[in-house]
Amino acid sequence: MEVVKQTFHILLIGAGVTLQITVISVAIGCVLGLAVGLARLSGIRMLRLAATAYVDFFRGTPLLVQIFIVYYGLPYLFKEIQAYLMANFDMPQILTTYALPVFLAAVIACSLNSAAYIAEIFRAGVQSIEKGQMEAARSLGMTSSQAMRFVILPQAVKRVIPPLGNEFIAMLKDTSLLSVIGFEELTRKGQLIVGQTYVAFPVWLTVAFLYLAMTFCFSRLVDYAERRLKTGD
Amino acid sequence: MIRVENLHKSFGKLKVLNGIDCRVAPREVVVVIGPSGSGKSTFLRCINLLEKPTLGQIYIDGVSLLDPSTDINAIRAEVGMVFQRFNLFPHKTALENVSLAPMQVRNLSRQEAGDLAGSLLKKVGLIDKAGVYPDQLSGGQQQRVAIARALAMKPKVMLFDEPTSALDPEMVGEVLAVMKDLAREGMTMVVVTHEMGFAREVGDRVIFMDEGLMVEEGTPEKIFQEPENNRLKAFLSKIL
Repeated sequence: MEVVKQTFHILLIGAGVTLQITVISVAIGCVLGLAVGLARLSGIRMLRLAATAYVDFFRGTPLLVQIFIVYYGLPYLFKEIQAYLMANFDMPQILTTYALPVFLAAVIACSLNSAAYIAEIFRAGVQSIEKGQMEAARSLGMTSSQAMRFVILPQAVKRVIPPLGNEFIAMLKDTSLLSVIGFEELTRKGQLIVGQTYVAFPVWLTVAFLYLAMTFCFSRLVDYAERRLKTGD
Repeated sequence: MIRVENLHKSFGKLKVLNGIDCRVAPREVVVVIGPSGSGKSTFLRCINLLEKPTLGQIYIDGVSLLDPSTDINAIRAEVGMVFQRFNLFPHKTALENVSLAPMQVRNLSRQEAGDLAGSLLKKVGLIDKAGVYPDQLSGGQQQRVAIARALAMKPKVMLFDEPTSALDPEMVGEVLAVMKDLAREGMTMVVVTHEMGFAREVGDRVIFMDEGLMVEEGTPEKIFQEPENNRLKAFLSKIL
């Protein structure tokens, strides 16, 4: 217990980083996910196919592998591209270092992953709105994008709050995978402490408790938001 | 005003409309009756392209709806539609339901659209409900707001798709009253309904549809008192 007392503030900082990376990733994921979700419903075939491929890839491969691709794969790709451009097009060397900052890699991997799940949430939300709503809007002469913006999306947003909350909680826990690239969020902080002190059980239990505290608070927040939105319907 | 030629519509293998020809003159009130599944609603929904015809032509004010160069949104803005299930926007107040399209489609200012919406809600007797959300309105009130919403675009034609079928009986009258007022003011109307009283009183012409065809048409007197077609006779004997 002594170890936990002495290192608790380090774990708290880790929890703060976990929360930060989750909020940023889910926020970017929402913007990107809305675009991908609407593209999945688009009348343009190419757009639909591209969005479907995106969702399939990021939902069909492990987040851990995606993190590796971004953190180790992208720098390699940059290097190859630059070498190719320099060799074939006489381009001057722009990049001298290829490594991505670990924070940036974490944001990219988690946002792209989150966007795929959120795209499906928005798509389902939009499709759950009665067909008559779109028909009524179109019959008044609105374009499909006006109908989407003023009629469908405002209703869909209310319905996607609970699944979005679930996605946030899932992402909060999945950011623990970022520990493998040395991103110092909560799990990585735990690893470092255990590595130095050899006190495993109390430290990992505390880490678990901190995750639980965050997810618990957030679920209550979602419940509250859901109730508020229902009354305003 | 409306000219329909050889209109066909199929959903996959199911043929719903099998060659409809029809004209509606300005200020005319045409009532379409017929058994369920006869294609009445599909016919009406084709007139503003909520359903895309398989074959045939539709003209509104001489403009072909199926010509690819036609701006279908502009046409729809001129053709008001009232649905069986109202389809009000649940996240908007009665007033906002009416003012949304004038603002977005006609580019009216919030003030102008609000004034317009207010005057239309007054016309349908619901000005005191302007700030209320649809789920706090009765079915009859919702349908009157829906009529006001369609009128806000100042349409040349109003289409009614069984506007009273989803209402409790005691609310049918208030909606029909609003529709009668509209007819009296000279609105061109196509009404699909089971309200034979309305057809008789307000209709200039009644069309009987069955199995995707217009089987018989004429003045209300002729259709109700001297029906010729056997299926029309059978239909009338069931509902009157």
